[in-house]
Amino acid sequence: MYKSTLAQLSIALESKKISSEELTRLYIERCNKHNNSLNCFITITEEEALKKARQADKKRASGDYNLLTGIPIAQKDIFCTNGTKTTCGSKMLDNFVAPYDATLIKKMNDAGLIMLGKTNMDEFAMGSSNETSFYGPVKNPWDGCRVPGGSSGGSASAVAARLTPAATGTDTGGSIRQPSSFCGITGLKPTYGRVSRYGMVAFASSLDQGGPMTQTAEDAALIMNIIAGFDEHDSTSTEKPTDNYTEKLNNSIKGLKIGLPKQYFDENLDNNVADVIENGLKELEKLGAKCVDVELPHTELSIPAYYVIAPAECSSNLSRYDGVRFGHRCKEPKNLSDLYCRSRQEGFGKEVKRRIMIGTYVLSAGYYDAYYIKAQKIRQIISNDFQNVFKNVDIIAGPTTTGVAFKLNEKLNDPISMYLSDLYTVSVNLAGLPAISVPSGFINKLPVGMQLIGNYFQESLLMNVAHQYQKVTDWHQKIPQAYE
Amino acid sequence: MSIDKSEVEKIAWLTRLAIDKEDIASYCNELTNIVDLMEQMNSVDTTDIAPLAHPLNLSSRLRIDKVTETDQRENFQENAVETKDGYYLVPKVID
Repeated sequence: MYKSTLAQLSIALESKKISSEELTRLYIERCNKHNNSLNCFITITEEEALKKARQADKKRASGDYNLLTGIPIAQKDIFCTNGTKTTCGSKMLDNFVAPYDATLIKKMNDAGLIMLGKTNMDEFAMGSSNETSFYGPVKNPWDGCRVPGGSSGGSASAVAARLTPAATGTDTGGSIRQPSSFCGITGLKPTYGRVSRYGMVAFASSLDQGGPMTQTAEDAALIMNIIAGFDEHDSTSTEKPTDNYTEKLNNSIKGLKIGLPKQYFDENLDNNVADVIENGLKELEKLGAKCVDVELPHTELSIPAYYVIAPAECSSNLSRYDGVRFGHRCKEPKNLSDLYCRSRQEGFGKEVKRRIMIGTYVLSAGYYDAYYIKAQKIRQIISNDFQNVFKNVDIIAGPTTTGVAFKLNEKLNDPISMYLSDLYTVSVNLAGLPAISVPSGFINKLPVGMQLIGNYFQESLLMNVAHQYQKVTDWHQKIPQAYE
Repeated sequence: MSIDKSEVEKIAWLTRLAIDKEDIASYCNELTNIVDLMEQMNSVDTTDIAPLAHPLNLSSRLRIDKVTETDQRENFQENAVETKDGYYLVPKVID
């Protein structure tokens, strides 16, 4: 049962093969059993989950329920949950209990999904390895010596080890797609503004976007049907109506035109990963898709532009942590300035401080035009590049990452090399486009993800292509042996 | 471009972050490397390009000027370390 997808669990509950309470107990037991070794949860909400599961069983018995009522899910610890602590992976918020639910959480609760717990993550979502968490690194279930990716590493690891059938993540520069690739699961980053950011702890507000991390594209569509949509509490939320995301899953992809950016297949890409992606593309061609070469000429500049814009927005967003209203406060402050400076010194970890410093620098007088405005101009160029390509193709395909999951500590003390590993993901955030990472093969028993990028609001098409691919492949069904 | 000790101390003060003396050298080094990475942006001429601040190029939505939130002061102040009579307490600013 623990190997089931959301779609299968929905059927199992409907046909009364299992109750929500039994199902929730099964996953809680798996979480408790494996969390010591994987460290993918910061908080496991066992009692609350079982209580909600019993309520879900009553709802199902009374006929008042939805497709996913009674199915467990894990939430990234960046989403505010009323009554359960929300740490964002930081000492700064170690004792923070949000007084309200994020819109995404509220929508899932209303749909009857059962929260198993809050998943570990890089501190304030700043990292690509989950090693910057105050609560310690998460392990990759495929190889405990390797990182699960980040920042949504806890969610990816938990889904890959089937400690939960699905989870949520957030993606500012690849934080859903890269860990999905490293852990062999499906992860969708929706169009900017498609999923509400209300109650999602802010890192870089013009880039952040929440989305599903699941076993299959079909499950991602089921989650999107719940979480997507306009929210008056988020001023950047789009009023454009949502699709029915499951409706087009079974459409044929015959005649689909796929663009392959030359820059995604150059010397930066590991040869073995290139082989895996090429095999994946062959499968899509067998389904009737056509591949053409395209150019995204400024791909490499997305890294420097991203590492100006994201830290700039982070330095502004994180100025709210001053030790006064909530969050960590230092002991015996000498004066107000000492209260601010030491609370922040003690509450933030190394990578967060580094990014706050860089962000403050690029926004400071004398450097604003040279770095911040320059980066926004590059951002425009990158966005234009994508729009030029989408004039001629339906979607873009390539690798999600330059290589497979790297080893713990391998890049931790070399921030630049960590940043460069985001080469294929950050430009999507700069442009605000949707993209999905789909399991597409293995290299030495480590998963590899293929990335599909769509034009604005083309989530349905991406999940349709991914679903068709998953109907003829079984990479998404592989489970690491230790968790079978 | 290299970021020196005085620059690091200035940035830390601007952002109200206390930093240990022994960390200053590594900050100089790391920030210099990151700024060097940013310099790559200069390889492209962007003279006539308009900066992109919002991916969908939308302007912020306005709402009607009406009170919609209820007063939840006590609830919100539960997360504060020190409060009194509904106020947040901080060290004395004026003697």
